[in-house]
Amino acid sequence: MARARRGGPLVWLTESRNGLGLIFMLPAAVFLICFLTYPLGLGVWLAFTDTKIGRAGIFIGLENFTWLSEDRVFWLSVFNTFFYTLIASVLKFALGLWLALILNENLPFKNFFRAVILLPWVVPTVLSALAFWWIFDSQFSIISWVLMKWGMIDAPINFLGEPWNARFSVIAANVWRGIPFVAISLLAGLQTIPQSLNEAAALDGATSWQRFRRITLPLLTPIIAVVMTFSVLFTFTDFQLIYVLTRGGPVNATHLMATLSFQRAIPGGQLGEGAAIAVAMIPFLLAAILFSFFGLQRRRWQQGGGD
Amino acid sequence: MAETPQDDIVGMEQFNSLPRRVVVTYIPLAIFVFVLLFPFYWMAITAIKPDHQLTNYNDYSPFWVVQPTLDHIKFLFFETSYPGWLWNTVVVSVASTVIALAASVFAAYAIERLRFTGARVTGLLIFLAYLVPPSILFIPLAFIVFQVGIFDSRLALILTYPTFLIPFCTWLLMGYFRSIPFELEESALVDGATRWQILTKVILPLAVPGLISAGIFAFTLSWNEFIYALTFISSSENKTVPVGVLTELVRGDIYEWGALMSGALVGSLPVVILYSFFVDYYVSSMTGAVKE
Repeated sequence: MARARRGGPLVWLTESRNGLGLIFMLPAAVFLICFLTYPLGLGVWLAFTDTKIGRAGIFIGLENFTWLSEDRVFWLSVFNTFFYTLIASVLKFALGLWLALILNENLPFKNFFRAVILLPWVVPTVLSALAFWWIFDSQFSIISWVLMKWGMIDAPINFLGEPWNARFSVIAANVWRGIPFVAISLLAGLQTIPQSLNEAAALDGATSWQRFRRITLPLLTPIIAVVMTFSVLFTFTDFQLIYVLTRGGPVNATHLMATLSFQRAIPGGQLGEGAAIAVAMIPFLLAAILFSFFGLQRRRWQQGGGD
Repeated sequence: MAETPQDDIVGMEQFNSLPRRVVVTYIPLAIFVFVLLFPFYWMAITAIKPDHQLTNYNDYSPFWVVQPTLDHIKFLFFETSYPGWLWNTVVVSVASTVIALAASVFAAYAIERLRFTGARVTGLLIFLAYLVPPSILFIPLAFIVFQVGIFDSRLALILTYPTFLIPFCTWLLMGYFRSIPFELEESALVDGATRWQILTKVILPLAVPGLISAGIFAFTLSWNEFIYALTFISSSENKTVPVGVLTELVRGDIYEWGALMSGALVGSLPVVILYSFFVDYYVSSMTGAVKE
């Protein structure tokens, strides 16, 4: 297949696989190297400097990290990030899987429901978060009003003003936004499971729980692994919801690492310190990516193919 | 069908018994749909409520509006910079989507079909690039944007959005190109077509659904983007809708909920309308990106 015969480099560029490949990859590569790879490296470098907005920094070694390791707000944000990611991911998974199973039934208006359910995911997060801000208002929350009408509470709930209330409120908003993605992806996975397997198992006397546990779940595992990795990754690095709903408050109770990093770097001007917080997220992200990688490997292996 | 107690096919039974179906399927589905849609209803109803009804839950039912008004939307369009933000968002989203799509088509074709040396590794790197979150890139990017001298301009966003669009689109298009039979390309090669002709005359027409999926998805992603726009833009006239609504319509302690919610509603409509026309493309791009 060596199409590149003798000739100048121009012929090589336009005729051979590698030459053409190089040309075709160029635009994407330029963008990704200039605005992704380079910033990633620069971010790591900034984390080891004392750069401020408007002032180039010098290398200060691990000073940012030692400073952060004694910063209680930083550790609080680490705790919050893990708490937020864990609870929100578990809820998104459980509710998303449930919704996917419901949608996989023979429903009337199935396409309509599928379309409507994706809406929270389509609408800009900041804008739907504003609606949640209004729903979580300390005085005029519609939830408080309904609960008071029903006589379940006496005074409006201070959703975003109390640390634990605020944590659970932002988690609720995150779950609300994340369910559609999990549900629709898992639904796509469910639809690839041959109906004949379920029918055969049903004929052999398996209960619906047994069929779910022994057929649906194992066949769905690879896609669950991938979907949940994405979900965990995006929850872990979430910024928008927190920034709109609480800006990290009350008393830093909902600061995630991403919001704290923004807070210190942009309004605070401490680019180096902000970068250090962002860099501190990388090990966890790597762990999640490796997990995803092995999830994909396993899927290939299950399909019995090398490629 | 007669229901026999000793029926072994427990799973099939549920297709017959309506009450069970109602409890197991319809009621949970109704609750899901209600919860997932309620914030939009609340957003919409607030946007058209006159101010005196907004917080007066005793005299007016909060769930309904008595005399709907367009005052908030009028305020938005005639007394704030909202139209400018909408325009900025459109310009930035369209430009970055076009750039990302063009770059991605070539990249995906090269990785999937030219199979140059190292194509598989490149494909994997693209996937990894997709997993790099904006929240760890915005600080160094702000630094770069500042140094290049495009801080506080739409160009800053147009150039940085492709960083998360290109990996996504490339990955998606790779899947589409993979599904196009090799034989078509081979016969075109035998007939003497160049690679460029094959790409534009054979592959692209067949990959139109993939291009639409990638395009509308990229458009939605850039429309929804927030952290870069918040960091790189400082003057009011260059802001995008999400940033503008949040930073300019929220003033002091008295929130103008009507204006805020109509800002959120109007800002959501373009993507929702686009979505309603292309639901299946959205679903296929979402699941396609995850599945591969």
